[in-house]
Amino acid sequence: MTTTPIRQQERSHVGTPTGTTEERSHVRLARLAPRQLGPVGLAIGPLAALVLWQVSSSTGLLPPQQLASPWTAVTTGREMFTSGELLPHLAASAKRAYLGLALGTVLGLGLALASGLSRAGEASIDSLVQVKRAIPTLALIPLAILWLGIGETMKVAVIATSVLVPIYINTHAGLRGIDHRYVELAQTTEMGRAEFVRRVALPGALPGFLTGLRLAVTMCWTALVVLEQINATEGIGYVMNRARDFGQTDVIVVGLVVYAAMGLLSDSVVKAVQRRALSYRKGLGS
Amino acid sequence: MSTHHAPPATSAVHLRRLSRSYGEKTALSVDDLTIAPGEFVCLIGRSGSGKSTLLRALAGLDNDVTGSGHIEVPERRSVLFQDSRLLPWASVVDNVTLGLKGEASRVAARDSLADVGLAGRESDYPSRLSGGEQQRVALARSLVREPQLLLADEPFGALDALTRLRMHALLRRLVAEHRPTVVLVTHDVDEALSLGERVLVLEDGRVVLDRRPTPRTAQDRLDERQRLLAALGVDERNADQRLDVPA
Repeated sequence: MTTTPIRQQERSHVGTPTGTTEERSHVRLARLAPRQLGPVGLAIGPLAALVLWQVSSSTGLLPPQQLASPWTAVTTGREMFTSGELLPHLAASAKRAYLGLALGTVLGLGLALASGLSRAGEASIDSLVQVKRAIPTLALIPLAILWLGIGETMKVAVIATSVLVPIYINTHAGLRGIDHRYVELAQTTEMGRAEFVRRVALPGALPGFLTGLRLAVTMCWTALVVLEQINATEGIGYVMNRARDFGQTDVIVVGLVVYAAMGLLSDSVVKAVQRRALSYRKGLGS
Repeated sequence: MSTHHAPPATSAVHLRRLSRSYGEKTALSVDDLTIAPGEFVCLIGRSGSGKSTLLRALAGLDNDVTGSGHIEVPERRSVLFQDSRLLPWASVVDNVTLGLKGEASRVAARDSLADVGLAGRESDYPSRLSGGEQQRVALARSLVREPQLLLADEPFGALDALTRLRMHALLRRLVAEHRPTVVLVTHDVDEALSLGERVLVLEDGRVVLDRRPTPRTAQDRLDERQRLLAALGVDERNADQRLDVPA
C-alpha cells in the first residue's frame, strides 16, 4: 500500500517519462483462493467466543447456574488439578479410551486386511461392517449392557466397536484403491503373494489406515462421554455427572475442556506419526 | 484366452496367428512374426494401431483380453513402462530389487544403479528424483534381472527432448552390454530409426511394413524416414506445402 506513493516520488525525482513497466509491477494477480491463515488467524473465532462468554457472564446475562464463566472454570480447573482430584479420574478415562482404541484398531485392521486381500474375506466381512457403520454406537449400549454387564468390559467393548469402523473403512479403501499399475508391476517383476502384500499392499494402504487412526483417536474420547455416565465411580464423565447433580456448571466446563484437550492431543500425536511415516511424499523442496 | 505360451528355446520371439480383440473390435491380428535373439525391434504406429496390445501380449499382461494364437517368448522378461512406475514408498534400491531375493540382488542392484549413473542415490525416495532419473531407475530395475527379452512401452514418451536423447545413448550402451532381445514401442519415427535395427509399422493390428534400415548416408536416412512416415499416413512434403499456401 505504501509503496505506490514512494515509487511515484522516485519517478518524479528521476523524471523517467515512461512509467508503464514500473506500473505493471504493481498489478496484482487476482487471488482465486483465500490466503492461508496462520495460527493467530485461526484463533480469532475461539477467542471471540471466549470474550463474548466472559462478558455475558460478568454482566449477569448468563447466570452461573446455566453456565459458569470461563474465569470461574479456569480457577476450578486449577484447584481440581493441584488438589490431586482430577488426575486419577483422567487416568481412569484414559485407560478406558486407549484400551478400547487399541482393541478396536487391532480388530479393524485385521478385518480390513482380511476383507481387502481376499475375495472370501470381502464377501463375508465388508457388508457386515457397513451395516455396523449404519448403527450408532450409542444404540448398541443396551445390548452391550445385557451381554457384558455395566462394568469396564462393556465400556471398553463399546469403544472398541465404535473405533473399529473408521479404521476398517479407511484401511479397506486404501487397499482397494491401490493403483492398478502397481499390480501390473508386481506381475512383471514376478513378485510372490507375500512380497506383494509386504511391499505394495501394506505401504499402499498406510495413508488410509493413518487417516482412520486420526478419526479413531478422537472418537474413543467421544464415546467416553456417554459411557462414563453408566455405573462409573471414576473418570471424567463420572465427575461431570456428579457435578450435574450438584449444579456445579464450572466442573462440567472443566470436564468438557479435558475431553477436548485429550482428543486434540491424541490427534496431534497421530498427525506427527503420519508426517513421519509418509515422509516419502516430500519432494525436492523439503 | 486360448493363447498357447510355448517354452522358449532361445531368447527369440515367435508369434503365429496371434489375435486380440476388445469386444467387436479386432485390436491385433499378426499372422507370423519372428524376432531373432538379440535383435532390437521398434514398433511404430498411430494410436489404436495395436502396438501396445502386441507389447502387452508379449509381456503376458493381457489376461483380461480375449484372443488366440501361439506365442513363444523367453522366460526372463522385463517391462519398461512409459511412467517409471516406481513405488513411491520404497527407496530407489528397494525399487530395483522388487521381486528379487537375497543380499546378492542388492549388490547387483547397486551395480545396476551405478550403470545408469545413479550411484549414491540408493536410499533416496523416488519423489526426490527428476523424471529422467526416475526412468533411469526403472531401466536399472529392468536390466538387473538380466532379461532375455526387454519390452518397452514408449519408455521415453514423457521425457523432455534433451533427456530423451541422453536416454537413447544410455539404452544403446546398456543393450550392447547385456544383449537382450528388445521390443520397443514408440510413436516417434526418429526414435525408432535411431534405436532400432528393425522397424515394424502397425496399422489396424497388422504389420504393414517391416524394415531393416541401414542408412549409410544422410539421404538414406531421410528416405527411410519418409518411407516410414508414408506408411503411417503422413506425407511431410505435402503437409509443409499446404502450410505454405497463403489463405
